Amino acid sequence: MAGNRLIALALGLLALCALLLLWQLRAPYGFILELRGVKLAALVMVGAATGAATIVFQTLVGNRLLTPGIVGFDALYLFLQALLVFTLGASVLASIPAGLSFLAETAVMMGAAMLLFGLFLRKGSDDLIKLVLTAVILGVLLRGLESLVLRLLDPSEFAVVQQAGVASFGAVEAVQLLPAGLALSLALAASLWLAPALDLAALGRTAARSLGLRHDRLVMQGLALVAVLVSVSTALVGPVTFLGLLAASLARALIPSARHSVLIPASALMGAAILVLGQFVFERLLGQQAALSVVIEFVGGLVFLALVLRRRTA
Amino acid sequence: MIEIEGLTLTRGTLRVLDDVTLTLPAGGVTAIIGPNGAGKSTLLNCLAGLITPDAGTVRIDDADIHRLREPERALRLSLLPQGQTVVPRLSVRELVSFGRWPHHRGRPGPEDRALVEAALARFALIPLAERLVEELSGGQRQRVLVAMAFAQATPWMLLDEPLAALDPRHARDIMERLHEVAASGRSVLLVVHDLAIAARYAQSCICMKNGRILAAGPWEQTVTSDLLSTLYDTPLRLADVEGQRIILAG
Repeated sequence: MAGNRLIALALGLLALCALLLLWQLRAPYGFILELRGVKLAALVMVGAATGAATIVFQTLVGNRLLTPGIVGFDALYLFLQALLVFTLGASVLASIPAGLSFLAETAVMMGAAMLLFGLFLRKGSDDLIKLVLTAVILGVLLRGLESLVLRLLDPSEFAVVQQAGVASFGAVEAVQLLPAGLALSLALAASLWLAPALDLAALGRTAARSLGLRHDRLVMQGLALVAVLVSVSTALVGPVTFLGLLAASLARALIPSARHSVLIPASALMGAAILVLGQFVFERLLGQQAALSVVIEFVGGLVFLALVLRRRTA
Repeated sequence: MIEIEGLTLTRGTLRVLDDVTLTLPAGGVTAIIGPNGAGKSTLLNCLAGLITPDAGTVRIDDADIHRLREPERALRLSLLPQGQTVVPRLSVRELVSFGRWPHHRGRPGPEDRALVEAALARFALIPLAERLVEELSGGQRQRVLVAMAFAQATPWMLLDEPLAALDPRHARDIMERLHEVAASGRSVLLVVHDLAIAARYAQSCICMKNGRILAAGPWEQTVTSDLLSTLYDTPLRLADVEGQRIILAG
């Protein structure tokens, strides 16, 4: 049953992609298809990466309410944007090639994440909640620093940073897609390779270790993959904090399986489907350009609250 | 054979294990008994290599357990920890098949599948094989977890309170099956609070109090009314009724 639903989800995503690409397509076909194709690729990549990263992250920390987004990646990205505008100025920043800034932002976010994980996991992975809480606090600190930097900016530069705080799929450039796609494909494939070990890790650290799993190593590998997936997608379009939670929750509700070889692709497909469907509705049907990420944050936040309340009443 | 020498573990100012030295011969069912906080679960986790002691060694068949990595340890002994997490949407067969992980490392072969079926059959779980573990009763769930440890096919099975919160029927059912497992040549070492069950099914026992071994050896030669009373700080009497050992309070 799980396999059939996974196939149905994949077919649904394909249909949505075709709809977004071909709906009311007019001449010049090549130009419009290229524009739409770049946006579609960004939507699929970001959705898939965020969905897969959330499943891996939730299993490693043993908590289905958490999403990599709340542990500071977004805050670091926004702080970086504010700092770059403050130090270089918005006009210089705009002149930096998109591919270069994308690679630099990805590298900084990954480096910061690995530094944090490395510091906390040197002596083993028995206190991941402490790691998560520290990351949340660091996120708060970075947001504080960002607002400090924002106060020092003039209004026009302030607006540039504000713009960066909202995920934008229309601003993605074709030159960013190849490195992002390559990194995300490798990370997704590696996540699937780790799937059997993640199944075991879901039993808890003690049980998994007693069954022969090298838990500390798996945690490092898994968090490194999460760092790649989240850093690349955030650098590509900006922060979408609750997309992962939404995708993982819907994937778990739709696919009756505990197997990560099913859950990871299901959440990846769901994440992509949410973004493509949302973009189609807002852009093609409602004529809105920037509402998608706002609505996803709103719905994702509601899902988060529903999950918390359901746990409290269960 | 498991040889424990000078095992010591301190948490803050508390000596959880205090110079524990012991030799456990292979075979049979051995019960670790003692009051709450005696160090029974800690000892079991140390034996499984999951807790590193401050001092002392644990050798299993001449290999220092703390020098082995998790995959090598898991081929020598299985551990069923206390209060095992139940993963939602996991079927009984899937959970039992996790016991084969140390052998196949995530890529099971026909032999692994056959041994999973054998474990399901041994613990009468074939009719429940496709049911979700979260839907089972406490007794059935515990039986599944013991079957998972059995599927690991290690010479030693270490079980931390496998009978916790089970009614007498389910507790006896699990002990009957563990008794059969031990009769087939495996060594079963379990932490148990039910002294009547321990008295009935264990061939040997380890009595622990305040992180120390008060007594250890074959049940008949080791356990006396005085020892039990000292162990639990309450009057307990060992009696024989119709050929079965029972424990009486007072």
